Amino acid sequence: MDVTKNDSMEIRLSDHVVLVRQAVRKWATDLGFSLVDQTKMITAASELARNTLDYGGGGTVRLELVKQGPRNGLRLTFEDQGPGIPDLEKALTDGYTTGRGMGMGLSGSKRLVNEFEIVSRVGEGTRVTITRWK
Amino acid sequence: MERIPILRMGDYLIVTIQVDMHDRVVTTLQDDLTSMIAANGSHGVLIDISCLDIVDSFVGRMIGNIAAMSHVLDAETVVVGMRPAVAITLVELGLSLTGVRTALNVEKGMALLRAATRGRLLEDGDGRDQE
Repeated sequence: MDVTKNDSMEIRLSDHVVLVRQAVRKWATDLGFSLVDQTKMITAASELARNTLDYGGGGTVRLELVKQGPRNGLRLTFEDQGPGIPDLEKALTDGYTTGRGMGMGLSGSKRLVNEFEIVSRVGEGTRVTITRWK
Repeated sequence: MERIPILRMGDYLIVTIQVDMHDRVVTTLQDDLTSMIAANGSHGVLIDISCLDIVDSFVGRMIGNIAAMSHVLDAETVVVGMRPAVAITLVELGLSLTGVRTALNVEKGMALLRAATRGRLLEDGDGRDQE
């Protein structure tokens, strides 16, 4: 997989979640995503950026335009150095939450993208990578 | 601080969300709306989300909360103008906004509110839409 463009953004404040949404919207539009695909990718990004802030205590997101053979896609990697997730299987269950949310963010955003990968170590942090192909 | 304006029209409150809200603005709107329902004895709330190009679980929860809180305060809530792409995404995300009345546009939303609150307006003795 080739990365043709990349950028990185901080997620330290609630306002940054808005900026991440705006950046993902711009990248998805430039890539020629359909309206539904754009909406799905921006929504997933919003959920994961909020998780990074609320549960991970802040972190970063890396945006990448990726190319694999003839297809182009947008890959986002959210990373924090927070407490990590002790039980990933549970965290990916609809309706499960340790916070004030509805427990749909992680499981829901997985359904909105084509590829979803999560790595989390207790005491070290969490990294979530999502990709949506055009 | 940034705030979403709430317009009062007779027995109803009308909110048009026209900006990409950060989470504090969402929470403030929820608080402001419930205060205004109680202060004005409003019977209905219309929330226009036609400008929103995404609704994530946080905003979805706010909409559900407002509907539930206004119900407890004897008011009905109608959400209008959801974009088709937003509806598709919301359902796939796992939020179906059960318990929230929706209408395609403001006109239909107002009609729904009037129909749902007619009895209450008569009880209050003002029965404005009977005039």
